[in-house]
Amino acid sequence: MTIEHASRSFPPSGDTCAVAGMPASRLSIAALWLTVSAIPDPEVPVVSIAELGILRGIEWDAVDPSTLVVTVTPTYSGCPATELIATLIHEALAEAGVTSVRIDTKLAPPWSTDWISPEGARKLRDFGIAPPQSGRTAATTSAIDVAGISPLRGSGAAVQCPRCGSATTELLSQFGSTACKAQYRCLDCLEPFDYFKPL
Amino acid sequence: MRDELLRDYLLRLADSPLILAQRLGEWVGHGPVLEEDIAQTNVGLDLLGQSRLWLAYAGEVEARFAGMARGEDDYAFLRNPQEFRNLLLVEQPNGSYADTMARQFLFDAWHLPLLRALAASSDARIAEIAAKGAKEAAYHRDRSSDWVIRLGDGTELSHAKMQKAIDDLWMYTGEMFVPSATELALIDDGIAADTRELAAPWRTHIEAVMAEATLVVPKDAFMQKGGNDGMHTEHLGHLLAEMQILRRSYRGARW
Repeated sequence: MTIEHASRSFPPSGDTCAVAGMPASRLSIAALWLTVSAIPDPEVPVVSIAELGILRGIEWDAVDPSTLVVTVTPTYSGCPATELIATLIHEALAEAGVTSVRIDTKLAPPWSTDWISPEGARKLRDFGIAPPQSGRTAATTSAIDVAGISPLRGSGAAVQCPRCGSATTELLSQFGSTACKAQYRCLDCLEPFDYFKPL
Repeated sequence: MRDELLRDYLLRLADSPLILAQRLGEWVGHGPVLEEDIAQTNVGLDLLGQSRLWLAYAGEVEARFAGMARGEDDYAFLRNPQEFRNLLLVEQPNGSYADTMARQFLFDAWHLPLLRALAASSDARIAEIAAKGAKEAAYHRDRSSDWVIRLGDGTELSHAKMQKAIDDLWMYTGEMFVPSATELALIDDGIAADTRELAAPWRTHIEAVMAEATLVVPKDAFMQKGGNDGMHTEHLGHLLAEMQILRRSYRGARW
């Protein structure tokens, strides 16, 4: 929900209709935002799609005011959760009484882990997934920075173990249980863990 | 005419990641260790996702001049080998792990600068798909480069296998930097990336990584070409047979 959407909340002052019997098309954007933003991410259910930065906006369609437009952005181009998230949004909104829903997928600007909220990052850590460390994306390494592309030789980012807090960890694989995560191992508590890669 | 060129170019962009994704998918359940099994298919998933974005756009462009709209599945499952425009490199068999990672390394070192160049395309849709894909391709290149170093600077046997893998695939790298007539027309409009300009960053990366891996960069000799004209190696037909059989046997099947 962007600022301009927030100002369009309904009912406006002076409206006499009771909330209970209000047609779905007149539910406030603020209320619908609460409904949609609470949807858990299918891959990492401890965080919501809003906390991950996947949910980009909610507004009534300019042409057809009875249709709600939900704008989402995929984390990765091939993320298989994208279609499931769309289904979950349809279901949550149907339960709230909104049946005419269009889901717009927006690619630009591309999703970034910088959009994960601080609360989302905290929940990831509590869940056992090391949250992304900004400024260490693969994209920032230069073409000839051989040290940068050889993390197994000890030059990778120091990722903190989400369990014991140790910074003595090692990369096992750049791609973990999902494309968005890498696999690490803590060399102190010896537990393997997922690291949400900066993108 | 102009939309036809654009459609052809989008299929060219779509086909290499699509075919490589299919090859990587063949590793499911066969990886040397679980972590690598998962990593291969995650890279494949990224590439498949990127390919789908190109194919969907190709379908929209085609509908503008052909009237009927083909979807992603139509392009992927109902075209014949001669209609595919992927690089010959990506259809080469998986072979050993060294062969697979050498293929990935040679491709990633080309794919990343390609997507970065396309992120500046005058076509806004191409630019946004490429900008997203480039972030993913950077991780792919890190990973495959790391494997080239690990195996190249590993044991005597792993070194020999990686050197041979790169030597064997080298003849498929030449066509990566030869633009087709379609591309040349679109380069002038700022829509397509000029693949001739990718040769220098590709070479720089390859040489730096191979030096670290104690490997020798092969000398340029005879180069295979034909991917852009639908003239493929014998491997593509077999790959497509497996990829397409379900959809071709059960017309209209959905999943």
